[in-house]
Amino acid sequence: MNDRNYKGFLYLLPALLFLGIFMVYPLIDVVIYSLEEGYNFASGNFNGYGLYNFKYVLHDPFFIQALKNTSIIVIITVPLSTLIALLISLGLNSIKPFREFLQTLYFLPYVTNTLAVGLVFMILFKKTPYSDGLVNLLINSLGYSSVDFIEGPYAAKMFVMCFYTIWIVMPFKILILTSALSSVNKDYYNAARVDGTSRFRIFYKITLPMISPMIFYLIITGFIGAFKAYSDEVAIFGTNLNEAGMNTIVGYVYDMLYGDSGGYPSFAGAASIILFVIVFTITVINLLISKNKVNV
Amino acid sequence: MKVTLQNLTKVFPGRNKQVSEDVIAVNDFNFEIPDGKLIGLLGPSGCGKSTTLNMISGLEKPTSGKIFFGEEDVTDLSPELRGVGLVFQNYALYPHLTVKGNILFPLQNLKKDKKLTKEQMNEKVEYVSKLVQIDELLERKPSELSGGQQQRVAIARALVKMPKILLLDEPLSNLDARLRLQTREELRRIQKETGITTVFVTHDQEEAMSISDMIVVMNKGVMNQYGAPQEVYEDPKNLFVAKFLGTPPINIFYGSVRSGALYIGKTEVMKAPGLDDREVYVGVRPEGFIINENGPLSCDLERVEVMGRDTSIVARHNYFTGAFIRAIISSEDAPRSDLKTVSFSLKKNKTYIFDKITEERLYLEN
Repeated sequence: MNDRNYKGFLYLLPALLFLGIFMVYPLIDVVIYSLEEGYNFASGNFNGYGLYNFKYVLHDPFFIQALKNTSIIVIITVPLSTLIALLISLGLNSIKPFREFLQTLYFLPYVTNTLAVGLVFMILFKKTPYSDGLVNLLINSLGYSSVDFIEGPYAAKMFVMCFYTIWIVMPFKILILTSALSSVNKDYYNAARVDGTSRFRIFYKITLPMISPMIFYLIITGFIGAFKAYSDEVAIFGTNLNEAGMNTIVGYVYDMLYGDSGGYPSFAGAASIILFVIVFTITVINLLISKNKVNV
Repeated sequence: MKVTLQNLTKVFPGRNKQVSEDVIAVNDFNFEIPDGKLIGLLGPSGCGKSTTLNMISGLEKPTSGKIFFGEEDVTDLSPELRGVGLVFQNYALYPHLTVKGNILFPLQNLKKDKKLTKEQMNEKVEYVSKLVQIDELLERKPSELSGGQQQRVAIARALVKMPKILLLDEPLSNLDARLRLQTREELRRIQKETGITTVFVTHDQEEAMSISDMIVVMNKGVMNQYGAPQEVYEDPKNLFVAKFLGTPPINIFYGSVRSGALYIGKTEVMKAPGLDDREVYVGVRPEGFIINENGPLSCDLERVEVMGRDTSIVARHNYFTGAFIRAIISSEDAPRSDLKTVSFSLKKNKTYIFDKITEERLYLEN
């Protein structure tokens, strides 16, 4: 190692130190926890190493429920939010008056506190002794009976959850996509216009390929974010997600550590590793697809 | 296809409070572009030449006035219905498509009865790519091409649908000096071969002069002069045109006309029959100077630059508008460089007189 290298590492040291203590060490620790069988939180003893924790977690009905919930949220919200964000961005990009005003409006949810948004959704969906919620009023006016969105059937709860998730992730996607759209050189559109290209073909053959790197970025980060869903669920259904049947994988991990039935870092570790493997696999698949499809 | 511009005007309205004044980009344009010719729209930046081009293409709507292709009024026709090919300054090649994909793009847009089969498309692509000599590069992406090659692809894409008119916006400005020379010859050849009426925009007078059949000199949205390049060079209508054309540029002196003679300072440099007394600018082309010991125009010699066949004399004069006079003479007549002064007489046909106020050309009586 020559002198310059040594100096370089010296500059990196603070960052490396912090990353090591707060990122790398915990990561390794989680793997170790997940392999320690019969770990006792109080005494710190365990019986030996093995895959029992994984077996237990994968057979735990609460985990299965959490996995199902998370998967549904991911599968519904990621494509839908990206698509809606794309449509809104296209709209924003093609209008001139009020464009900045509308952009601000669409961006507001991003700077709004999750719990505050949760309260708004309560007003929209929750049944109280005084009212069935705004959405139910709407449903009633169409001649249908009220639905209990917060404590009612699973599909209704899942609908609210997905609706909420889409709404909360949308602003960021709109922000990214509008800037991606406006960065496409106008000459491409002019060239296409002179050549008599139809609007659909311009979108499909020019706009979409040009912004595809950003779309894939949003899809990948969208998947990762949706798999890590937890706080949004708490904002709507409260902390006892298992009772509501709306727990997520991250929620399950939390419960295993600190919840009422908690104190099992091994199970929590195993669940985290499973989540990691899922997210990792999907991201790799995404990257493989994007390699062939995305134009840079 | 002949193109006629009739009282063409484009006004960009003031954008906001800070910039509330309207900008007249193109002011009352009238000219006719003959069929099958190569026309250069020439002017400094911001003179409205690109706006004119965009109006011909249909990307900009004129504020008033009319545009005719042949006898057809196309003023309100959208760009795709005009049948023009447009080459952008930055080429605007679609980066995600191959060269072939780019050239095919306009053909794939054709609908209904104009729709082409795959074979017809390939045939056309092959024809134009041979024409602009890029048939080896069809499978490459634009990012894998040099600037000159990208330029050719852009021209091929504009030509493939056989436009009635080919428009080029600063076609050579993104190329380096050598490539520029080569490409402009190429451009000339392609235009000759296809016979398509071609209009190109440039701020480089040399470029315009060298390949155009006709040039249009513009300034501040106004057409100053229209004619064959040499004709415009030899017979500029006003001071701007005279200054804009020619390298090295024309030498402008402060002068005056007094009782039928032209004076620079206190010296009479030539007779000026038929002109009233007034203050004028005197423009002398670099090649308009003749070394003459007894010549009327005596200048302080700064240096002598020998450039092979020609010699360039750099000199000073109190009534010169710029810093240095630059005269080009044959090397045989070159003065010794250790002289302090040099005297010239002026060639009559290379000396132009302009009114000091209107800056319009004043013509002598013969």
